Amino acid sequence: MRITVNGETEEITEGLTLLDFIIGRGLDPGVVVAELNRDIVARDNFAAVRLNPGDSLELLQFVGGG
Amino acid sequence: MQQSDKLVIGGVELNSRLFIGTGKYSDDALIPAVCEASAAEVITVAMRRVDKGGTGVMGHIPHSMRLLPNTSGARNAEEAVRLARLARAAGCGNWIKIEVISDTRHLLPDGYETAKATEILAKEGFTVLPYINPDLYVARACVNAGAAAVMPLGAPIGTNRGLRTREMIGILIEEIDLPIVVDAGIGRPSQACEAMEMGAAACLVNTGIASSDDPVTMASAFRRAVEAGRAAYLAGAGAVHSGGAVASSPLTGFLR
Repeated sequence: MRITVNGETEEITEGLTLLDFIIGRGLDPGVVVAELNRDIVARDNFAAVRLNPGDSLELLQFVGGG
Repeated sequence: MQQSDKLVIGGVELNSRLFIGTGKYSDDALIPAVCEASAAEVITVAMRRVDKGGTGVMGHIPHSMRLLPNTSGARNAEEAVRLARLARAAGCGNWIKIEVISDTRHLLPDGYETAKATEILAKEGFTVLPYINPDLYVARACVNAGAAAVMPLGAPIGTNRGLRTREMIGILIEEIDLPIVVDAGIGRPSQACEAMEMGAAACLVNTGIASSDDPVTMASAFRRAVEAGRAAYLAGAGAVHSGGAVASSPLTGFLR
């Protein structure tokens, strides 16, 4: 199925949770913040949220800045 | 005097009046030593889309530091609010530096959008520090919107050009009843010292430290400059006399 991740369309396996996806991408779920279809997903809910076709996902984390 | 001279922002007492950033270091591994040398307690970070693993800059920030995420990248109030909420979801507190910029050449902040974002986020319980042009009316709008401090720029971001907006910052210090944190443009310790002598509550320095040849030593220099400027402000500078001179030694009893 297709979802949009950080503005790019991607083909991903069906049935993944947000936590599966983040880990599968090699990201650290302890530092990443996620916004799914414009709603923030609390870290504690990463494992409970399942990705669906057409979802728009933003994954962000802190970087250096002033 | 020094013992009780705390800066209070959003109910939090700070001993250090130097805030630092995490951008532009040649090596982020310098950040812990910069934190120590600066004695800063507040440190800024930005938030961006992530495409690779690891803890990134967060792996270099000592846990004792209070994080001040900025909303850089936001072009309007709505985007700033969105970034602020995401930053809070990261679980590092509720302080936020509002930065709304749509001008890509001068990178000057949009006062109207900044005040709008400040109002929304203050109502949501954020401790909001808006980054603004040193404009009295924008500063007042931010005060009315519930800001915890205001952060006027000394010169355009990242330029190390110093306290170009000195007079306007002086007006904010005089008129605004919130801490004035001079942010952006301060490239040298003497400039931070001058801002503090004028009565600024604190200075935020990123590029001035990060772009120097030796950021750790420069962080220490900024720490001492900010402390010196604050002490001078509290001491109250003597009057300036124009024209002629006023002798410091007695004008009687000369050997002839």
